[in-house]
Amino acid sequence: MIYDPSWTAVLVFLSFVVGTVGLSFFLGRRAKSSEGYFAAHGQIPWVVNGVAFAGDYLSAASFLGICGMIAAYGYDGFLYSIGFLAGWIVALFVIAEPMKRLGRFTFADALDSQFNSRGIKGAAGISTLVVSVFYLIPQMVGAGSLIQPLLGYPHWVGVVMVGVVVITIVVTAGMVSTTWVQFLKGSLLVIFSFVLVIMLLQRGFSTNDTAFETIGPIAAKQLDGEQISGRKVLPADDGWSPPPAEIKITASSTTATVTQPSHGYANRDVVKIQGATEPSYNGNWTISNVTDDTYDYTMLTEQESPATGNPLASKILYIRLASVDQAGYDIFRVASIEGSDNVLMREGQTVSGAGDSKMINGAPNGTGPDQRQLQPIGYLSKLPDGQTETGPVGPISFFTTLNDSEVMLWGNDRILHSDDTTTTVYYQKPTEGKQILRPGEHPKFKGIRSGKSTDRLNFLSLMLALFCGTASLPHILIRYYTVKDGAAARKSTIVGIATIGFFYILTLYLGLGAMTSGALDLTDFNMAAPLLANSIRGWLFAVISAIAFTTVLGTVSGLILASSGAVAHDLLDGVFGVKLSGPKQVRVAKIAAVIVGGIAIVLGILFKEMNVGYLVGWAFSVAASANLPALVMLLFWKGTTKQGIVASILVGMISSLGWILLSADTYKSVYGIDPANAIAPFSQPGIVTIPLAFLTLVVVSLMTRKSAEA
Amino acid sequence: MNTSPSPARQFNSRLGLILFAIYLALYLGFVFINAFAADWMEKIVLAGLNLAIVYGFALIVIALLLAGIYGLLCRAEPGEADTSNKQESGQ
Repeated sequence: MIYDPSWTAVLVFLSFVVGTVGLSFFLGRRAKSSEGYFAAHGQIPWVVNGVAFAGDYLSAASFLGICGMIAAYGYDGFLYSIGFLAGWIVALFVIAEPMKRLGRFTFADALDSQFNSRGIKGAAGISTLVVSVFYLIPQMVGAGSLIQPLLGYPHWVGVVMVGVVVITIVVTAGMVSTTWVQFLKGSLLVIFSFVLVIMLLQRGFSTNDTAFETIGPIAAKQLDGEQISGRKVLPADDGWSPPPAEIKITASSTTATVTQPSHGYANRDVVKIQGATEPSYNGNWTISNVTDDTYDYTMLTEQESPATGNPLASKILYIRLASVDQAGYDIFRVASIEGSDNVLMREGQTVSGAGDSKMINGAPNGTGPDQRQLQPIGYLSKLPDGQTETGPVGPISFFTTLNDSEVMLWGNDRILHSDDTTTTVYYQKPTEGKQILRPGEHPKFKGIRSGKSTDRLNFLSLMLALFCGTASLPHILIRYYTVKDGAAARKSTIVGIATIGFFYILTLYLGLGAMTSGALDLTDFNMAAPLLANSIRGWLFAVISAIAFTTVLGTVSGLILASSGAVAHDLLDGVFGVKLSGPKQVRVAKIAAVIVGGIAIVLGILFKEMNVGYLVGWAFSVAASANLPALVMLLFWKGTTKQGIVASILVGMISSLGWILLSADTYKSVYGIDPANAIAPFSQPGIVTIPLAFLTLVVVSLMTRKSAEA
Repeated sequence: MNTSPSPARQFNSRLGLILFAIYLALYLGFVFINAFAADWMEKIVLAGLNLAIVYGFALIVIALLLAGIYGLLCRAEPGEADTSNKQESGQ
């Protein structure tokens, strides 16, 4: 049982949420003017604002997504942490003070301060809306995943709950309460993460080899027997083994060489050969010397003539054994042992179907007698020097111990059945500790080791988008208007960097701790941090989940506020010239907040299956492409014209959006089309679209400048 | 854009750009090692820690140091003149 909702958890959780909303009512009583609603009268103390920066920035995606990615793949998730933090340097050194000087309520104000152009207000307003909505989706999806295990409600209930609570916060109070909510949540998040890391270091590491069964070493030829270690072997039909391929075999002494065009096998795979007239060719063999179309194996007896008859080959990968004491089957993945013909069989888990017809290891999902559940995962298979327990470790020996250990990571495979349904097989992958402490294990980052140039570009592109994205996020930018002056903006950014940096260092401990906590959910790595807490203390789980949930609340309210500001202030007033008095403008903004909130709820339900981090990557790329070039050029190039700014925002926004919609990642996870057909050569647009937006701005500015002077 | 920025502001933005350039160089170093020499990242460089962890943590700590330096060295702008840039509007 992975999740075990308890009344304490529910109570702790609800008191957090009620406390937060109550506080926002209390603090928001005074905010009636538009200065108060959008910018908190510019009177938030800088320390509070700085921590609120952290609150805004450390969204559900940072907290849940990064910890989850580190727990699943190791160091790679930390690359996001580094990129996200580095982005703040752009914000502090380049953007912070000019933003504060130029604007009043919104990011469009700053861009437009010397032009007074409807076009700029319109373009900036739209880009604010687009980026906010993209950033909203992962937050809502994350909220749904949190509610599900904690309170036992379905995903959509979680999404609706967040939506309603946030709309209430935004409508009742505006920027004052949003800021205080963010301050509270930012401090709680950092404090409790720190507590969690200390407890984690106190606990240290231990190995666990009882959670999943390992059979063997046994001889490879035993694998197609009727029984293995006394248990019945289930037939490998209906997709469980690939259809046998026709092959040619030649031999010299005991070495057989198989020719099988594009077999796709790897060295040390176990392949079953059958159907040769000469019996010495047939059997299960560990193969070697693999090339694209051939491979070798060593027979037990000598053979010189080529095989006759109808020799066939198929790889043996999964073996299903009838379960002894439970319903369904136990699945094992075959792994060869270096330097011998014996193999190990390591237990895995399977999931098929969904919803009520979900099956685990061939039995219905549930806790009943004939039902099975996914088992929690995440443990060390070996510690250095054969230890089984380390006791407390220090912040450095945490890494050095891990470096010399062996971790069981999990991979997954899809089995296609004859009726077009699929079964996902999760299998154990023993991984050296030093591999998880270096970049390149995550499928998205593998390219940096394979040396493929498009993969390298993809990596560079992501790191560029993270670097440039922070300073272009609308909900971060509006926070500069909540303090008194440039100096206060500067100071709150420094506090923000300190808080966020400290937190990101903790993420590496939390993620790696979760990886070895024995408490992970195979199907939802977003829950890694809360489940780590659960493995230490039950109440910590409730607290961390509640903080994660308020994290979502805070980020979502900031985003909705930014978009309602864009609608009321930039689009209605700036573009359509609807002049509204302060209170009326606030009312329009509140109506806009309700509508945007509604849209976010719907999208959060629709995108349920999407990876949270993936969507955040979109938001950063779009923000960096649309907003950053305009901001930077306005600050540093006197030749910038209003047409240049409008063109750059639109080109940056449309090209990055278009690129994302045409990329392999989207083909695969959104449309379900073969990613090989994707038009965009790699997934991350930043490295192309950010320079493109800069170029557009310069070219259009040069063209329009001449005509303006003439 | 701004015809007569105060000396304090000029100093501040120059300082910002210099510190930004320093950090950018460090960040680029990290990104390029990852992209083109990923193997270096697993070398043990300090106290049993590999380059990936040392460089990664260093990027975070240095960000904080530079931010602190910026905060200490920045000069106060007289009156935080927010009216100074309105004169050029409507060209």
